[in-house]
Order: sequence, then C-alpha cells, then structure tokens
Amino acid sequence: MTALPVLSALSAPPALATAKATTATAATAAATAAPAAGAASVVQSVDWLAITPVVLPAAVALVVLVADLFVPQRLKPLLGWLSVAGLAAATATLLPLRAGDRSTFCLTTDPGACSYTADHFALVIQFLVLAGALVTALLSVTAVQDARMPAGEYWFLLLSSAAGAALLPASRDLATLIVALEVASLPAFALVGMRRGDRLSSEAALKFFLSSVTATAVSLMGVSFVYAATGSLHLTQVADRLEDVPGQLDTLAMAGVALTLVGFAFKTAAVPFHFWVPDTYVGAPLPIAGYLSVIGKAVGFTGLILVTVIAFPAYSDIWGPALAVLAALTMTLGNAAALRQSADRAHSAVRLLAWSSVGQAGYLLVPIAAAAYSGRDQIGSTVAYALMYAAVNLGAFAVAALVARTEPQNRISDYRGLYARRPAAALALAFFLLCLAGLPPGIIGLFAKVTVFQSAVDAGLGWLAVVMAVNVVMALYYYLRWTALLFRAPAPAADGTSEDAAGARTKAPWPLTAAIAVTAVTAVVLSGAPQLVLRFASGSLFPQ
Amino acid sequence: MQFLLAFVVAAPLLGAVAALLPAPPGLKGKSPEQAVLRHGVTVTGVILAAAVALALGFDRDTPARFQATTDISWIPALNVRIHLGVDGISLPLLLMTALLFFLCALYSYFKLPEGPSPKAFVALLLVLECGTLATFAVLDLLLFFLAFEMVLIPMYFLIARWGGAQRQAAAWKFILYTLLGSVVMLLGLLLIGLNSGTFDMVALASDNGRELTHTSQLLAVLAIGIGLAVKTPMWPLHSWLPDAHTAAPTVGSVLLAGVLLKMGTYGFVRILIPVTPDGMATFAPYLGAFAAIGIVYGSLACLSLARKGNKGDLKRLIAYSSVGHMGFVLLGIASMTPTGINGALFANIAHGLITGLLFFLVGALKDRYGTADLDTLAGVTGAALYGRAPRLGALLAFAAVASLGLPGLAGFWGEMLALFGAFDPARGLSRPAFLTYMAFGAFGTLLTAAYLLIVVRRVCMGDPGARTGSGPALELADVHRYEFAAWTPLVALTVLAGLWPAVLLGLTDPAVQKLLAGGNA
Repeated sequence: MTALPVLSALSAPPALATAKATTATAATAAATAAPAAGAASVVQSVDWLAITPVVLPAAVALVVLVADLFVPQRLKPLLGWLSVAGLAAATATLLPLRAGDRSTFCLTTDPGACSYTADHFALVIQFLVLAGALVTALLSVTAVQDARMPAGEYWFLLLSSAAGAALLPASRDLATLIVALEVASLPAFALVGMRRGDRLSSEAALKFFLSSVTATAVSLMGVSFVYAATGSLHLTQVADRLEDVPGQLDTLAMAGVALTLVGFAFKTAAVPFHFWVPDTYVGAPLPIAGYLSVIGKAVGFTGLILVTVIAFPAYSDIWGPALAVLAALTMTLGNAAALRQSADRAHSAVRLLAWSSVGQAGYLLVPIAAAAYSGRDQIGSTVAYALMYAAVNLGAFAVAALVARTEPQNRISDYRGLYARRPAAALALAFFLLCLAGLPPGIIGLFAKVTVFQSAVDAGLGWLAVVMAVNVVMALYYYLRWTALLFRAPAPAADGTSEDAAGARTKAPWPLTAAIAVTAVTAVVLSGAPQLVLRFASGSLFPQ
Repeated sequence: MQFLLAFVVAAPLLGAVAALLPAPPGLKGKSPEQAVLRHGVTVTGVILAAAVALALGFDRDTPARFQATTDISWIPALNVRIHLGVDGISLPLLLMTALLFFLCALYSYFKLPEGPSPKAFVALLLVLECGTLATFAVLDLLLFFLAFEMVLIPMYFLIARWGGAQRQAAAWKFILYTLLGSVVMLLGLLLIGLNSGTFDMVALASDNGRELTHTSQLLAVLAIGIGLAVKTPMWPLHSWLPDAHTAAPTVGSVLLAGVLLKMGTYGFVRILIPVTPDGMATFAPYLGAFAAIGIVYGSLACLSLARKGNKGDLKRLIAYSSVGHMGFVLLGIASMTPTGINGALFANIAHGLITGLLFFLVGALKDRYGTADLDTLAGVTGAALYGRAPRLGALLAFAAVASLGLPGLAGFWGEMLALFGAFDPARGLSRPAFLTYMAFGAFGTLLTAAYLLIVVRRVCMGDPGARTGSGPALELADVHRYEFAAWTPLVALTVLAGLWPAVLLGLTDPAVQKLLAGGNA
C-alpha cells in the first residue's frame, strides 16, 4: 500500500531535475567537470561568481596534486605557499558576494528551489571555514616539512576538504549536503593517518574512518526515507511537504528525520558520537587536529542547522528536545572528561583540547535546540559562538604546535613556565584559554556565552541554561589551571636539561608565528568590538 | 566633566600599556627600574588629580543625579552600553581609590617588594586601578561584571609573584573563591538583564524591580549576593581573605583591604537594593545575621591571634579585623534604611583609610623586624615601639584607636550609623531580629577595642632595652620621609572624616534616599 505514493513521488518531474542538479553541484565541488550541456529545459544556469569560494580551493587542489609530480624536491615547499595563496584568494572572493542575495543551480521548473544559495548564513560559515583552513595551512607549512609528510598529497587533501566544507553551508538540497559532507570528511581521514609509520596515527585514522562511515550510512538511510516521504531533496520543498505528510508515511518521515540528524551529530562530536575525538586528535598531525576541532565541527553544525531549521521545522517537536538533551549531555561529558585529564600524561595538552572541544560543542548545540522553540533566528548565536571558538581554538592549537616543536610529548606540565621561555606565546595561549573559559579579559568568549545563554532563556529552556552554567564553572577549573601553569616559575631542571632549554629558545618559524599572531589579533579585536560577531546573533541570517 | 571621568577610567589602562614599552628618551631616569616606577607614580598622580578635579566640578547640590555621564552603544546585539557616571555614592569611593593607588605607587617607588621586574609590577598595579575605578564608575550590569573581574588577574599576580610565604596557595585560593563567586553573580546579573530587557543600572534602578517577578528577584539576589559576599567578604565566605592578606605584599594588602573589599559592598548598594528591593527585603534578615556573626567572629579571631603564645601574624589579625568591620557595613546595608546605608557607605570609606594605614604600618614593621609574628615581635616585654621608634609607635596607636571606633575619628560614624540603622530597620523587616544583631554588633565593638588595645600594648609598649633572643638590642629606623608622605594623607583624612562627617554624608544621603525610593522619587 505504501509503495505506491513513493513510486509516484519518485517519478515526479521535480525529482528528476533535482537529481540532475545535485550531480552538477557535486561535480563542481570536485571541480572535475564543466556543466554538461543537455536539453534546454533541464539545464540550470550557473552563477560562477557565487560558487568561486568553493571552486577555487578545489581547482588549486588539483593544480597542487598535478604539480607535485613535476616539481623537484627542493621546490616542494612552494606547493604549500600555493595552497595558502589559494585559500586566501578564496576567502577574498567572499567579499563581492557580501550582499548575500545570490543563488544558483535553481530548478528550471521552480526558480525558488535552488541547490546552492550564498545567503548570509552561507557566507559567514564559508568565511569561517576558509579563514580557518588558511590558519591551518599556515600551521601546516612547517609541520609538513618537519614531519616529512608527502607535500603534494597533504595539500591536495587539505584543500579538497576545505572545498567540501565551504560547499556545505551553501547547499540547499539533501544530496548536495551529503556529498559536501563526504568531500569534507574523506580527505580528513587520510590527513589524520598522514604521519607515516606512526601506529597511533593509523589507528586514529581507522577509528575516525569506521565510525564516520557508519554515521554517514545511517544519515543516507535517513535522507532516503525523507525523500521517500516527500518526493523532494530540496530543503525548502522538503520543509513544505513535511507539513502535511500523508498519515501512513508519517512514521517513515519521522524515522528519516531522526536518522539524518545522526550523521551530522557525529561530525559535531556530540555525545554519544564523541568517543573518536580524543584518540583521533592525538593521533593526527597537530594542524589537522586543530582543523578537525574547528572546521570539522563547523561542517557538522552547519549541516545540523540546515537540516533542522530549514528542512525539518515541521518536526521541531522531535529534534528540539532531542538536541537540548544532546547539548546537555555533550557539554557535561566533555567537561567532566577534560577535568579528569592528568597533566603529566603524554599528549595531555591535545587530549584536554579535544575534550574541551567536545564540551564547547555542547554550547554550540544550545541555540540550535532553542531554535525549535523560538524561531530559527536563534541559530545566529551558534554562528557567533562558532566564529569566536574558531579563532581562539585554532590559536590554542597553534601555540600547542609551537610548544610541540621542543616538547614532542606535549604534556600540560610541559607548559609550566612557558611565560619565562616564550612570553608572547604564553600570553596568547592564556588569552585563548580565557576566551574559551569565557572569563575577562577574554571578553568575546564571555559575551558569546551570554548570547548562547540568552537563546536558551528566550526559548524557555531554563534547565539547559542552568546545566550550561554549571558546565561553564566546571570548565573554568581546567582552563584556569592550565593558564596559571603558564606563569609558574619553570620547573627546576637538572643540569643536563638546562642546555636543552637554551636550545629551545630557537626562533619560532614565521608561518607559525603568523598563525598565532593572526588568531591572537582576531581574538583581541573581537574582545574590543564584540559586535563584529555578535551582530549575527541579533539579526536574521536567512532570507525571509 | 564627562571626559574627566572617561579619562579617569581609561588612563590607567593606557598607562599600563605604556609601562610595558621602553621609556622614551628624556624620561629614562637613572635606571629602567627607576623610570618605570616613576611612571607609575606619575600616572596614578595624574589620575588622582583628575579625580580631584572631578570632585571639585561635581555639583554638590544634586548628588543624587548621575554626573559626568558618558553613554555610548558598545554591543547593540546584547544592548550593552558603555555607560559611565558618578553620583554621591560612587564619588567618595572613586576618590579614595585614586588616592590609595597614588599612595601605593609612591610607597613602592621607594620600597619595591621583592619579586620579578618592576615593569610588570607597575603595569599590574595600573590594570588593577583601572578595574577598581571602572567598578565604581560604570552603570551597566555587564560592564560592572567585567570591571569586577578585571581586578582578579592583576591581584592574583601581585600576590603570587611579589608575595611572602605560601603565596602560591593563597593566590590560588583567592582567585578560586572570587571567581566562583563572580560566575554565580554573572548568572544573577543575566537573570535580571534578560528578564527586564536592559542591563542599564539607571533604568533598572528607577524601575525598582517592577519588571521582575518575585521569584526571579529572589534568585537574582541570591546569586548576585553570593558573588558580592565572597568579595566583601561576608562570614562564612571569608576564608580566602586572611591567607591572601598574609601572603600579599604590603601594597597588595593595602589595596585589597582598602579598595577591593569595597567593590562587594558597593555592589550591594548600587545593584541589589534599588534593582531587586523585594528580593533584598526577603534576604535582609539573613544578611544581617551573617553580618552580626561576622562582626563577633572577626573580633574573636583577632582576640585569639593577639594573645600571647598564639603565634598570631599581625597581617592576618588585621585581615580578620576587616571581616569584622565589613560586618558592620553589611549590617548597615541589611537594615535597608537611609541611616544604615549611609553608615555603611561611611564605614566603607573609613575602613579604606584606616585599614590601608594599618597595613602600611604593619608592612613597615615587617620590613624592620623581618617578621609580622606578634610573639616574635613582642618578645618577653613587648616590642617597645614607643621607645625604639616613637613616631611609628604613635602612628600605629593612632590607627588602632581609629580602627576601634574612637569618636572624633573616621571609624566611629560609620559603625554607629550602621548600628542605628539596625536599631530601627526598614518597614517589613523583623525588629527583634535586628535588635539582636545590633546587640551583637555593639558587643563586637567592645571586642574590637579589646584586641586592638592588646596589640598596641604588645607592640608599642615594653622595655626598649630588652634583648630579643641572644642578639643585641635592636636599632630601629623611625618613620622615613617617604613613609610620612604616603601615610599623612590617610591620617589627615581619618581626622577630617571623624570631625566633619557631613562632608561625606551630605554627598551620600540624597543619593541613598533616591536609591531606596527608586522611580517614585
């Protein structure tokens, strides 16, 4: 009985056009093919300017991959600089789009349904992704050389992943969304396992890969259910048709909604899909760990926001409470685990950052949950918070990368007395940690948390606000302990090691310094003028 | 006028940045150390001058009105504004803060505490000054929180870097206590701000809490009250204070007692009383009870520290005496009457002047003897300060009698008015309860007199010829000239405020009346 409407939905003309559109979008994502000419009625117009921020990194990725074959070994570092330039250019191409009124790959039959929309939401997240990837690239320049990672592959993978991550916030149909998610994730698996001959690295990659693929599979299953129930993949059309799903398809649609969310929840590392995080971050090269903690998360959140508030508002009574509970669990578990990190364990600094990023993911989920109760503009708080988090978390990873050059164990206790050795780096790290903790002088961290609070209170989620408050207090302890350690007197070193300390005072490589400087300046400027990011929290990011 | 206030708040921060830069040519001084310390004295001096100018330009006929106001939008998304202004309540505190910082900078120019570079010391001192001045000048709840928090980090480093024994533990305890308190306070501030739709203190105060339900008022008072009570400190949340004071350098102790503690009580008066009057009325009897216990507890602790053979540290003793004195302030606030609150504000200033002086004196003693341990100081017969360093002894005796509330000196009026307030509390508050608190408070003044007189006897009197241990009799330097310079203003103001209390009360009273009346005034 139920098969009949499904079949008829599948054969509906919009669905056909959708399939065509998604293949076209997917193709541009990998930048492998020019749009194929077809029958005039199904060919969609392409706004090349609108998709430049996505196409440019992808194109540079291919150039780097090919160039790697011909460039002699001594010129390999140039590949890195080419990638940095590509990402910088891609970030710059967002500027002409800032009006936020472009869409492309629209259905020829229904110009309102587009697969790619460069609205303000998409642009802000694309900025976050591309700028974050740029900082990651700066960090990677030295890491690739030091760890003797294969340059061509590394840069190709990083750029492809960035292209996928940049595509995701602009995609407005479920197929493009999944494709973008996979384009962003698949290279990341390889990047995690990039440290050849390191057992930890391969193990981390495998763990990441297996759990991620399972989540994607579940998500795809959900998408297919939703498609079956609504007959469309375009988010706006899905939203409209979910309003009145026929009675016998209701369960199918509901299951579809739930399963789709699972895949994105995994990327955000929300509990219970968080267990891969610490091992993966520790095993990955440090810049990649930073990349995953910021861009990887942004990808998950964007996807989650798009499917929840754009595609499934009809089921907000399901995903709202679910996300609220998920947020509470995520922040509590992340912070509790971070509290338990002992300072002397190997890689405890990265481990702490990993768990703290799980905790932060919890805060990011709060406004999305709130959007279920009081309108989709609440997600502006998530965007504002994510921008703050991206700057300071990448900064923290940058300082960790700097310290890891002399202290490969990267224990938290290695940061003791960092102020005496590298005052600027210590001050920057202290500022980043205070921003993450939400404590003055990290004003932007404080106010970003306030907007998240506000969204919870506005939505009537008082209990969630209380849980979050408790978590913020818990988190203060480990952030502050680390911060205080930076300014302690250095541990009394044995005679042999004091010469090491003198050797450690070698100059930091300048790309690393630049990455720290960029993030620190961003954090300081934002603390002086929080309105720069907080305005997203008060206005609407989506076209009305 | 408005530039003056903005300047007073912003200049310390600019000065702190300038302190970290190398000195410009022509201002290099004898050495980089000397140059940066001189920079500290100059900046705090200029700020003091600006604060005095602000006070002179202050319209004393309308002290209830906010003057020298600045109101600029800062974060429209959260409706946070940079709103500055002074009225009769904040002006005296602002002046006292500027004065104490100047005196501390002057004192450290000649006597820098042991520790790392003076550059960082001066910069931290100036950041601390910015935070405290901003606390008294801002009129926005979130800015108040920022200013309140801003003092934590410099104070932490002043204790942890330039402090004495046990400094790391004391600094850590200080920051944990106050931080936990202020996070709770932030929640309360957000509750008020988000519920009533504005963070502006002036608007909230004239609203008198009409926008807030009784439950949210109760929660807000509880949350904000805890944060402020930790800072004040109120018994039983005081235990960070004695450790912090004992470990802090002299200048740190002076500022901690003289300025930082006032931020807590100021918050009670500025925020809780006008913004959440219902919630405050509910909690006032409990606040009064804690205050009364604090008075007696502080005095008893001091009495025990002052006794022979208890190895009492003088700095710790004065810290505990602060707990008692701040108890009077809280009792005055809890009475919720104009009399009580005026008394509380007066006692605030008096405590800042007198305890600041006491910490200076004890610091000087510690420098001379190498210890602040009362038993070691006193030896068998007493430290005989009158014989060995008569001026220092006289000053110590003066500060002690001022602290115990001798009529004619600053300490008297505040505590008397606070007790008066408790004698006749606001309508709706239980009179028998407050009478009991008043009796406790009065008993506390007796105990205060007892321990301070014991201290004077053991430190100032004794046989100057007596030998400590096996060494020869100690030769003590009497008061140095720079010490005179740093202490005389405090002595003079203590006498002035004692003899002419109207100069302060005339400023605070109209403002307090307006606070209590809110928009009905």
